[in-house]
Amino acid sequence: MSGKNQTLQFKNKPRIISGMSVVGRREGSGPLGDRFDVVIPNAKYNEKTFEKGEQAMFRRAIVGAIEKAGLTPFDIDVLLAGDLLNQLVSSSYVARELPVCYLGLYSACSTMTECLTLGATLIDGGHIVRAACATGSHFATAERQYRYPLEYGCQRPPYSQWTATAAGCSILAAEGEGPAITHATIGRVVDYGINDLNNMGAAMAPAALDTLLAVFSDTGYCVGDFDAIFTGDLGRLGAEILRDLSGEQGLSLGQKYSDCGEMLFSREQNCYCGGSGAGCSASVLNSFILGKMNAGEYNRVLLLATGALMSPTTSYQGETIPCISHGVILENVK
Amino acid sequence: MAAGWKSESAIRRNARYSSYVEAISPKSGTLKSLLKAFAIGGLTCVISELLGDGIALAFPDLSTELVGAYTSMILVTVAVLFTGFGFYDVIARHGGAGSFLPITGFANAMSSAALEYKSEGLIFGTSVKMFNVVGPVVVNGIVWATVAGIIRYIIMLITL
Repeated sequence: MSGKNQTLQFKNKPRIISGMSVVGRREGSGPLGDRFDVVIPNAKYNEKTFEKGEQAMFRRAIVGAIEKAGLTPFDIDVLLAGDLLNQLVSSSYVARELPVCYLGLYSACSTMTECLTLGATLIDGGHIVRAACATGSHFATAERQYRYPLEYGCQRPPYSQWTATAAGCSILAAEGEGPAITHATIGRVVDYGINDLNNMGAAMAPAALDTLLAVFSDTGYCVGDFDAIFTGDLGRLGAEILRDLSGEQGLSLGQKYSDCGEMLFSREQNCYCGGSGAGCSASVLNSFILGKMNAGEYNRVLLLATGALMSPTTSYQGETIPCISHGVILENVK
Repeated sequence: MAAGWKSESAIRRNARYSSYVEAISPKSGTLKSLLKAFAIGGLTCVISELLGDGIALAFPDLSTELVGAYTSMILVTVAVLFTGFGFYDVIARHGGAGSFLPITGFANAMSSAALEYKSEGLIFGTSVKMFNVVGPVVVNGIVWATVAGIIRYIIMLITL
């Protein structure tokens, strides 16, 4: 560790007053299927193109979360949003339809916790009262940007991951009912020299470890202080690597640790090592995790969304994959 | 890490991590993949041989070259249809090189790109991106055919 403190503590305890998750059909028939608010009927969500479908899914998540909180878009001060597409088209095109200030953020698949960190900071500082934090990803649009045409017949290694078609939005507010964000740990970019684009889990696990260690050293919490610890989209292999790496540091994550990407699909769904994409952590946070917290089954949760910050261009140029993970601590407070 | 991400210690750490990842990552079963590729590639070839023989039987006046051409045309059409209906990528997931190497693989690569980029229009979408995947095949086909031709010419000059 560098000795610098990476963690922000929020004294005013901004709350997550509502959350909405919208997912694709494959995600909807996975193990978490019945926890999601909306399962879209087809990949294009009744639009002409996959990109428009992704925007519709994104819009549904944002508007749905606002409505669930009993608000209108006019009550939201800032929308913090991001996605995986070039120029953040999904977020920005949805923002153009909403009467809210907008900050587009990119941190690959860790964008959800980046949005929550910044939203909580703005509210905690008293600058704004309510923020909407949203991210999403879509299998078909990500596939075309990062890989091959959808119908092209190619094989993938068994350790690759499946981009989740999912979007999630959380409404943060200075006051209200719901779990509070007590801390946020800003990640550092970590690169352990992995250059295999199919092995995102292995590339991102060290970044998750780096932030995990920072959370523990900055806050003084240990694994036992949390009811659950989630990473964003390390997948089955990445989660196993994170367990190994933290074991080397003397941390035993045990049953408390799960990965959102791994939870999203069952092994029978042929999704290789599980889900990936910005929508993974966003949809699981706003369905499964918020549900468990509001029911009182979890009282303190650490969410570490993980992101791989590469592009196909730099990868073809032989660069290794720089990764990051931002963490937020959610707690049920009085 | 504070010492710089390209420092000696980071390079050593990365090398250690890479070999650990290499060891822990699940591998695709080589023998199983080979057998599946052989079965699907072989089946494609058997079907096309049968098709060729059938055409030759039905139209005895056709030359061998024309029979071959018609067989290829049918295979390509079927592969394009399979791509459009969404079967081809499912077969290829098992077939690997067995479905990639025959002429049907080329048809799938072109038609899948054509379909995929239709949303950007016929000029900037389909026309521009159609050779996206097969471009390297075409380029390498021409380059290596040229090399082979030159070698053959040289051998011919020597042996003359």
